[in-house]
Amino acid sequence: MKHNLILRVVAKLLIPIIVLFALYVQFHGDFGPGGGFQAGVIFSVAFILYALVYGYETAERVMPESVLRVLASLGVLIYAGTGIATLLLGGNFLDYNVLAGTPLAGQHVGILLVELGVGVTVSSVMLLIFFAFVARGNS
Amino acid sequence: MIDYLINIILLAFLAITAIAILRIRSLLAVIMLFGIFSLLSAGLFVVLDAADVAFTEAAVGAGISTVLMLATLALTRDHEEKPPAHQPWLPLVVVVITGLALVYGTLDIPAFSDPDAPSQLHVAPRYIEHGLEETGVPNLVTAVLASYRGFDTLGEVTVIFTAGIGVLLLLGRTRRRKPKEDEQ
Repeated sequence: MKHNLILRVVAKLLIPIIVLFALYVQFHGDFGPGGGFQAGVIFSVAFILYALVYGYETAERVMPESVLRVLASLGVLIYAGTGIATLLLGGNFLDYNVLAGTPLAGQHVGILLVELGVGVTVSSVMLLIFFAFVARGNS
Repeated sequence: MIDYLINIILLAFLAITAIAILRIRSLLAVIMLFGIFSLLSAGLFVVLDAADVAFTEAAVGAGISTVLMLATLALTRDHEEKPPAHQPWLPLVVVVITGLALVYGTLDIPAFSDPDAPSQLHVAPRYIEHGLEETGVPNLVTAVLASYRGFDTLGEVTVIFTAGIGVLLLLGRTRRRKPKEDEQ
């Protein structure tokens, strides 16, 4: 893929837009369609496009597999940790009302944290799976 | 009326794609058709006003799955051996009878989007009437997914995480040291 000038230029233009759209879907999920799952997938697509055009080794340098493994677990930890935090604050597991001063503010914080956990885990697991397949094909 | 027309066109294309998937022997073409199938389903979900589901179907079904299946295909052979030799009469009879039984079953269920259907009378009114004031989230899908059914979603995230671990265990690079280094 070293000589495909058009592909490389178009990918370079598209990747920032894809990442921006993923962040929009992630943090606008309360108000429009979308949420952690979709945002995570879109975010990982940006890196998959990068890997397809610039090669697996380059993409692996940008987003090392060891970092992805930590991120995949971190997402689940953020989600479950939100649940534990509500337990410690005196509520039920994943009852966000106790997270902030008013129940509504608590719900807002809780949903934001939980969706963040979903997004982080989904995007890093998708990338991990893709990298596992590609690395296997290269060796 | 226009909804009706769009539904018929989308469903017709879905059927054509499904038959094409069955008939075509090239796996690369089948993967492409799977992507088209997912995109058509996403269109159907949009017509049904299920924007969140359509979004997921388009991103996961048409996007990521296609890429992952292509990556799998790169590891394996890219065509099927040959068409099956036996006659498909028995499977056809089984499928037709099962299909007729399912159609017979649909005669008894409530009409599509009937507000008095039992499934709409349980928790759905509570979500619709109190969702906004209880969670402060205008998108009801997000309110149900992240707040009312947060425990469910935690399970889903864990499933995805487990799937990732499984693939890594099966396909991940094993960091074996070379035998010479072991001896020294």
